[in-house]
Amino acid sequence: MMNTVVLTETFPEPPFSKKEIIRYAGGGECDKETEKLLDEAIAEVRDALSYKVCYCELPVRVENDVCDFTAFSVNSRDLAKNLRECDGAVLFAATVGSGIDRLISKYSRISPSKALMLQAVGAERIEALCDVFCKGLKPRFSPGYGDLPLDVQEKIFGILRCDKHIGLCLSRSLIMSPSKSVTAFAGKINKRGSL
Amino acid sequence: MTFSEFLKNNIVILDGGMGTLLQEEGLGAGEYPERWNMSHPDVIKRIHKDYFDAGSNVVSTNTFGANSLKFSDDELEEIIKRAIDNARWAREASESKKEKFIALDVGPTGKLLKPLGDLDFENAVEVFSKTVRIGASYGVDLIMIETMNDSYETKAALLAAKESCDLPVLVSNAYGEDGKLMTGATPEAMTALLEGMGADAIGANCSLGPKQLAEVAKKLLETASVPVIMKPNAGLPRAEKGKTVFDVSAEEFSDELARLVENGVRVAGGCCGTTPEYIRALSEKIKDLTPVPVTEKDFTVVSSYTHAVRFGDTPVLIGERINPTGKKRFKQALLERDMDYILSEGVRQEEKGAHILDVNVGLPDVDEIEMLTSAVTELQTVTALPLQIDTSDSSAMESALRRYNGKAMINSVNGKSESMKAVFPLVKKYGGLVVALTLDENGIPDDAEGRFKIAEKILETAKSYGIKKKDIIFDTLAMTVSADNKAALATLSALSRIKCELGCHTSLGVSNVSFGLPNRDAVNGVFFALALENGLSAAIMNPYSAEMMKTYYTYRALKGLDENCAEYINSADLFTSAISSTAAPVKKEEAFGSELQRAVIKGFKDKAAEITSQLLNSVPPLDIVSTEIIPALNTVGKGFEEKKVYLPSLLMSAEAAKSAFEVIKTFMSDKEKTASRGLFVIATVHGDIHDIGKNIVKLLLENYGFDVVDMGKDVPSDKIVQKAIELHAPIVGLSALMTTTVPAMEETIKMLKEKAPWCKTVVGGAVLTEDYAQKIGADKYAGDAMECVRWAERVMKGEE
Repeated sequence: MMNTVVLTETFPEPPFSKKEIIRYAGGGECDKETEKLLDEAIAEVRDALSYKVCYCELPVRVENDVCDFTAFSVNSRDLAKNLRECDGAVLFAATVGSGIDRLISKYSRISPSKALMLQAVGAERIEALCDVFCKGLKPRFSPGYGDLPLDVQEKIFGILRCDKHIGLCLSRSLIMSPSKSVTAFAGKINKRGSL
Repeated sequence: MTFSEFLKNNIVILDGGMGTLLQEEGLGAGEYPERWNMSHPDVIKRIHKDYFDAGSNVVSTNTFGANSLKFSDDELEEIIKRAIDNARWAREASESKKEKFIALDVGPTGKLLKPLGDLDFENAVEVFSKTVRIGASYGVDLIMIETMNDSYETKAALLAAKESCDLPVLVSNAYGEDGKLMTGATPEAMTALLEGMGADAIGANCSLGPKQLAEVAKKLLETASVPVIMKPNAGLPRAEKGKTVFDVSAEEFSDELARLVENGVRVAGGCCGTTPEYIRALSEKIKDLTPVPVTEKDFTVVSSYTHAVRFGDTPVLIGERINPTGKKRFKQALLERDMDYILSEGVRQEEKGAHILDVNVGLPDVDEIEMLTSAVTELQTVTALPLQIDTSDSSAMESALRRYNGKAMINSVNGKSESMKAVFPLVKKYGGLVVALTLDENGIPDDAEGRFKIAEKILETAKSYGIKKKDIIFDTLAMTVSADNKAALATLSALSRIKCELGCHTSLGVSNVSFGLPNRDAVNGVFFALALENGLSAAIMNPYSAEMMKTYYTYRALKGLDENCAEYINSADLFTSAISSTAAPVKKEEAFGSELQRAVIKGFKDKAAEITSQLLNSVPPLDIVSTEIIPALNTVGKGFEEKKVYLPSLLMSAEAAKSAFEVIKTFMSDKEKTASRGLFVIATVHGDIHDIGKNIVKLLLENYGFDVVDMGKDVPSDKIVQKAIELHAPIVGLSALMTTTVPAMEETIKMLKEKAPWCKTVVGGAVLTEDYAQKIGADKYAGDAMECVRWAERVMKGEE
């Protein structure tokens, strides 16, 4: 039986993209008041964010619509297409932590506009973290994309043990908490692979 | 010898890693190690035996994830039984001459508790209880709760262990690089929580190597009055040829850990990456060490899920505003179950500088058990301040204490034997710092001597329940000085005697002293200063009072508690504004007609409230609504629909309007209510734990005059239907975020159609579309909050 080494890494804060955050918040132009709200949101949440990823490398054999990762296999045409050229993939889970969820839930009770902005900050943050982590890998592919079923999450959590490594849990309805989190496969570009 | 006896006088050596060894033996990715108790008993037995042989006093069963969320009841029982058998075999087979014990290993459930996740606190308690009951029935020497990275889950596990068996319980948490748990708790906060509940030893394991955990060890040793546990990893893992290897060798590990033992750690072992070799090296290095005695730390503390607040170093401010006494608006909020109002009172007091919040929601016609418990749990979602649970109903007190995430302050017990009989067992079981009022069956003694005597009696009784002196804080009762001019002196003198002669901390509800006098704030402020000088540790007070805050900051500056007077300087604005409150009122004529509209449109919350207050002097409240607020909202709403105004601006305007409405509501409290546009029940469906969208819709509906009944998130269908029937609600709005929770939405709509056929349904949420909404039988799909408002207005006019 094969061994899967799961590693954990904490990243430094990636630079903020205010434009992206405003886009996530549903705002086209950013007027003075909106920008003030955004700055407040960033200032308040900054210290509550952490940038953690746990991951493992998996060998992958793609045959028709099946991706065989040895430890398990997944039937998905879209994932197969995504990993076709690869003989290895990185399976990872990333989160910016539960601190931002606390703030979102606080402000959703007392100031929904700030909650909305924090929500947008969180969306931008987790994307930024994934971008940093996936540098040099093929575009990542998450459960729920295309025909990759959401219940693959259960397998991913079983392998990565995300709760233990980065404090990420899966609810009975397959919702991740902390909410600003991503799990995905990212194909390795080098043909030989390191496994 | 029992484990407790052994722990008292010895250094306890635990075992090392299990998971990493099982991986080497071929445990597959995603495979449950607990099943190896049955499938590979020889491997498990050998590892246990190797640890005993290496010098472990305690071996933990291979039951880290053995819980009823992962396994069926039958399999769970089989796993635990076989795990204990395996450990027993090892204990007998090992030739080690040391004392050997077996611990039932209890790890986290792998689920996050509400409000961050979806596992209810009581369900978590039940899950842990099941595991502990089975373990205890098959016979172990102790319970080892470990690798917990959430304070709330740790509390659930410890509570379950305490309720399900009489064995000693060790509790160990996983701290991160920042020295805190994943959900934010510091070692000081964990010490307060766990010691309060009676853990037999507390500490840290996993996540980090012994060097990185040294700081956590230091903090625990400084604060804990029970033995401290350290069970670090063999440093950090890395991948090498498809294997996990760790970067700290057995030699280095045992050196570092032995140093921690020299500093006072009494229970030591290893976690991930450590092997019998590590334990042997440790055992060898500490064999000649004398155990450092565990000393009683005389700190009076309370805690929240993030931090501890210590009494004595500096005055502690307990905000008193969450209390209906004498507050019409608050009473109204309680009767209407307007939780948001209560929560915002909490947040405002925190912003003003309160350190702890008193929570009192007792009112005739209010189910206090339910209300207090909800208020406490919900307050913990908006503030990280510790709470003071304030009730005379011991059932409500227990229910709230049980759910509280941390070590609470409890208000109150008094010298009546009935009161002590009701409250002390709760303090003992759940932990807490209890406020003791110096009164008894004969009332409040007039003089200091009488109150001092009662304090002595209370202390003695507390002791018989096993409650320590440091967990009692005395309130010598501030009485009205206008009724008795010696009243304040008696309070102060009792205070000073309790502080000096009994060595206890004190707290006062300061404002009673000024009852019946003009300019009460001035009296309160000076009385507070006098009390502080007489040794007062904490005050239950109004953080909005400039006089009280002035006393607080000035006292600290004068007493050398405020470095460079920095906080005094920062707070100085507060005092000047109190003096110059006559400055520049908004001109009425000018304001009416455009200023308020502008504030709402621009989203200036405070300004909108301020102008509204001014306007109320001359304009009837309903006119302000119809000629100012509604037109402003319409301007913004229209702009949003035409895509000229974006969502953040729409919400800021809505909040500004809400703050104006709030001023009007307070003004009108005892007069006629504004006419409601209609009733709207709203909920996020079962299984869904995100509710920002729902809250946005709610805010806008309220702006437009709807009575919104917010049922919260993760609400079961039958509860929603029940509420719709009970209120004969014309509209129910449902939100769902995930494809996995849309079926719950569909089920709710189906039940509503059946049992409340008059009721119209509107749905929204990230994954929904017009087609999808139709398919699940909703009357309306609303793409955004404004669309929902417009539709609801049409429904109420009978146009839909």
